[in-house]
Amino acid sequence: MIPAGSLLSAVGLRKSYGPTRALDDADFSVHPGEVVAVMGPSGSGKSTLLHCLAGIVRPDAGTVTYDGHRLTDLPDAERSALRRGEFGFVFQFGQLVPELTCVENAALPLRLAGLRRKEAEAKALHWLERLDVADARDQRPGEVSGGQGQRVAVARALVTSPRVIFADEPTGALDSLNGERVMELLTAAARETRAAVVLVTHESRVAAYSDREVIVRDGTVRDMAGVL
Amino acid sequence: MSIGHTLLGLLESGPRHGYDLKRAFDEHFGHDRPLHYGQVYATMSRLLKNGLVEVDGIEQGGGPDRKRYAITEAGVTDVGQWLARPEKPEPYLQSTLYTKVVLALLTGRSAAGLLDAQRAEHLRLMRGLTERKRSGDLADQLICDHALFHLEADLRWLEVTAARLGRLAEAVRA
Amino acid sequence: MTKRKPGAGGAEQGRPTGPRGPARWIRDLCLGARYAVAGGREGLLRTALTAVGVGLGVALLLLVASVPSALADRHARETARSVGVTGEFRDPAEPDARRGPDTLLYQEVRTDFHDKPVTGGLLAPDGPDAPRPPGVDRLPEPGEMVVSPALAALLASDRGALLRDRFAAYRTVGTIGHAGLVGPDELLYYAGSDRIGPATGAKRVDRFGYDEPDVPMSPVLVVLTVLACVVLLTPVAVFIGTSVRFGGAGRDRRLAALRLIGADLRMVRRIAAGEALTGAVLGLGVGAAVFLALREYARDLTIRDTGIFPSDVMPTPWMLALIVVAVPACAVGVTLFTLRGVAVEPLGVVRGTAPRRRRLWWRLLVPALGAVLLTPALGRASGRLPGMPGLPVDTWQVATGAALLLLGVTALLPWGVEAFVARLRGGPPSWQLAVRRLQLKSGPAARAVSGITVAVAGAIAVQMVFTGVRGEFDTSPEALATHSQLTGSYAVGSPRQVHDWVDRLRRTEGVRAASGHVERYVGKDGAPNTVTSVLVGDCATLAELADIGSCRDGDVFLGRSDDPGHADAFGPGTKVVAEPYTEGPARPYRWTVPESARVVRTRPGPTGEHPDGVLATPGAVDAAALPDARTRLSVRTEPGDPDAIERVRNTAAGIDPALRIDRRGGVVKDDNYPLVHRGLLLGAGGMLALIGAGLLVTTLEQLRERRRMLAALVAVGTPRRTLAWSVLWQTAIPVLLGMAIAVAGGLGLGWAVLRLTGARGADWWAFLPVAGAGVGLIGLVTLATLPVLLRMTRPEGLRTE
Repeated sequence: MIPAGSLLSAVGLRKSYGPTRALDDADFSVHPGEVVAVMGPSGSGKSTLLHCLAGIVRPDAGTVTYDGHRLTDLPDAERSALRRGEFGFVFQFGQLVPELTCVENAALPLRLAGLRRKEAEAKALHWLERLDVADARDQRPGEVSGGQGQRVAVARALVTSPRVIFADEPTGALDSLNGERVMELLTAAARETRAAVVLVTHESRVAAYSDREVIVRDGTVRDMAGVL
Repeated sequence: MSIGHTLLGLLESGPRHGYDLKRAFDEHFGHDRPLHYGQVYATMSRLLKNGLVEVDGIEQGGGPDRKRYAITEAGVTDVGQWLARPEKPEPYLQSTLYTKVVLALLTGRSAAGLLDAQRAEHLRLMRGLTERKRSGDLADQLICDHALFHLEADLRWLEVTAARLGRLAEAVRA
Repeated sequence: MTKRKPGAGGAEQGRPTGPRGPARWIRDLCLGARYAVAGGREGLLRTALTAVGVGLGVALLLLVASVPSALADRHARETARSVGVTGEFRDPAEPDARRGPDTLLYQEVRTDFHDKPVTGGLLAPDGPDAPRPPGVDRLPEPGEMVVSPALAALLASDRGALLRDRFAAYRTVGTIGHAGLVGPDELLYYAGSDRIGPATGAKRVDRFGYDEPDVPMSPVLVVLTVLACVVLLTPVAVFIGTSVRFGGAGRDRRLAALRLIGADLRMVRRIAAGEALTGAVLGLGVGAAVFLALREYARDLTIRDTGIFPSDVMPTPWMLALIVVAVPACAVGVTLFTLRGVAVEPLGVVRGTAPRRRRLWWRLLVPALGAVLLTPALGRASGRLPGMPGLPVDTWQVATGAALLLLGVTALLPWGVEAFVARLRGGPPSWQLAVRRLQLKSGPAARAVSGITVAVAGAIAVQMVFTGVRGEFDTSPEALATHSQLTGSYAVGSPRQVHDWVDRLRRTEGVRAASGHVERYVGKDGAPNTVTSVLVGDCATLAELADIGSCRDGDVFLGRSDDPGHADAFGPGTKVVAEPYTEGPARPYRWTVPESARVVRTRPGPTGEHPDGVLATPGAVDAAALPDARTRLSVRTEPGDPDAIERVRNTAAGIDPALRIDRRGGVVKDDNYPLVHRGLLLGAGGMLALIGAGLLVTTLEQLRERRRMLAALVAVGTPRRTLAWSVLWQTAIPVLLGMAIAVAGGLGLGWAVLRLTGARGADWWAFLPVAGAGVGLIGLVTLATLPVLLRMTRPEGLRTE
């Protein structure tokens, strides 16, 4: 069952890595403008759920529907295009290209989408400014602090004005103050653009930025809305 | 922590004498504070009055009170409701939550569900605090942060407990 | 205060301390060696690459180091069996040994078989103690011969059927040993003879061995040799340097881990040295094996028609010792040098951040100095031929200049690559990713470029020179009009003998025409530079040479053709003189052209030449008194029938082994060009392959380091195609840059060498195969990285470990 009005939803997802079952009949849905925290113990399948939802990984069974498209049926090229254009991603660390400057990193999705360099970098710079890291524009990721780097990553996720932002432990490598800052900016920007956010985290203080949380345990998703 | 609900929960596994109840309570929860027998007696009287337990039988001779108590339908429902109801997040919640988890395990109810419900309740409060922080001034932020960190600590405990439910169940049922 | 400071006092007794002094060195070096061979698949690959790279370099070093001793050994054996010049050109002034029981008469004769020379020594011992040539156990009696193994094999083979006829008069009684041979494929025999004597040019000797005066090397040859050495050895140095750095990132990580568990910097350096040393020592082994395998090809490499004994190809002991010591030392040196800019810190490797800009000035200084040294020589040498007397080239100046120029280019390259890459901008994301990567870390790229450039430039230059030099003999031998024309030279014979010889030649199968006469050139008395030929023959012979009309013995004719020549100057009454070539018993022959001499028209002979000059009958000129006169035989065979030539030689050998027959054109000599060409291509290809392997290792290492980032990039929707292209660019930019510089440098170097040697006909397209190989290399490296790239970009890479 796909809940009415949902932007992205998954039904009956199953995914195994060898003998380990990462997802076992997992359901999920998120509405436009909604921030959903995906919580659960490590190894419970949180990241796998995110990867399936984002079309990075094809589930063994079940369907993922995005905006009326069955993501699970699309070929890799189209899923990649979707990820470039409609989705934004923030990972824990190691996502920035170390050789490119911050502004080039932030502009990369636009460049991949075919935008000219100047235009792409102007847009990227705008987001760097909004995220307070415009100073680092010409520095390389190795030369900026973790918090700044993560904000550059958020800028990169937001630069294409995505409709869904996937954030996998976005503050995992940051201290609480910097983590808070990143979450603050990320959720504010998402709410403003009515982007849905799928936020994988094990930190409750980060999850507190969500509108709703789901718990992944042993590969199944428990929606806490039903528990209360 | 509610001794009444705890004793009720202990009765769910079968009728017991008052003295057995005290022993079972001490065994599971009274590590540093054993229950006085008087407390058991008083609590059981109240529960009897409310119709949550009934006297299953009285053994003659021997000790002072050889009444055997059994839980009623209403009592089972009451325990279920108590267990399912998340506690209001507050300091030093652990002993109550621990009791609830053990009782849930003893009575075959979902301890995980109990913990999830409690987590949801905690998060609900944390969301409110986070929201307040966003709109508030620095003093507000600091106060909220204090509360948030405590709630976070509770939540961590909940998570760790959830992760250890299997082992706990073994220990409790042994 | 605290009583126990950490590390103070108690440390010496309590904590275990490692060995000290040299023992510590040995321990660390061994540790490094263990890492080299037991470092998992990656470590093994790295060590193997280093070993192969160093090995190829060592093999080349060994080969180059072997050249002088190989030539010296060869020369030593050649002089040990020589007795000096015998036969027609023997210097009569040179004294014979006094005849005795320990002397023999010796005369060298030569024939050819399918254009390969067959050398013979005719021996006539004077007594039982006559000396034996080196490698010969027993002196052959008349009618017997001892042969070299190659000649024995040839005589026994189908191919040698025609040659068997030539040696029909001899029975083979033994073979000549190694000591008497210059090369493995030399065709040599010693035959007993009772026909040689002082008159035939034989020499009486009491021992074999003749010290030929050293001919000083031509200055141009010295330059060429030095250039060749630099061209060969510079890439070896660069290459060994590159090989030692294969997989450096992995090593640095390992060293960082060692730092974390408490190794100090010096220890880390020693361990790194141990690792490099292991690779280098294994490389020495590989090099020795490759060298031993390669030197077998020395048989096919001919110098003056004779191959080289593989066993001769061995460096002198001190050269060998130098290589064995210097190569590992260089490997260790390079390793320590590269560690210099790297602070191996416990938590990962910190390279000197903000990469130091490479300095230009000293890199420019070296090639500039070279160019300055080279310029005057180039200007002066232009158009001169090698070996021209008084060539005003300061040999060492040119050699040093060339060496400096080449080395300078090598030093200039890393800077050039950095400067070039820094200027690249724009382009699609894949290009941007590659360019930025190169900008940040141009070291491996620069090394790849240097390696390619020096190796390929050297190969192109040498190949160009070879093709240029070879271009002069490019005409097909069959296309030459002279390819079926033969001439023979023999002692003066009587008219009857000459008739007999010519008849025998004419009767030989495949011969179209033959003629013979006695000939000597004479000068005008008082004007020795005005010369003509005097041809002596009976009337029948002369009638074949010209339209002489009536003829009686004692007649003289003046042979003329349309060719304007000196003949006009030798009218009747001219006094002519034939001076002996050398001082000795022979006397000058003076003669006057009689007034009765008639001008007659000459006919072209079998070889197409007009026998212009003075045609005299034996009654007019005493051929026997003419000093140094020879019987000249001319033969024309069926064109396109090479066997006919061999039959003519058989006939000649039947007359006398000393009668030598030469072809006038179309001689096909063993050509080293294909071998050198193949060797160069193989060498350059091997270099490129190794550089490719190095690039591959670097790229793979780098991909592995960045797997998380790659997975993240794919997750955000970056097409894998973009990443694959970026890998391609990353390989292509340095390789193409290197190839471009190499082609330019190689052509320039080739041009310079050609100019120095004065050779013509440079092959400007000599670089095409190597350039093609370079492009192939880019593709191969990229293809080889693709599976790893695909694996690295799987979503599993996103997981936090």
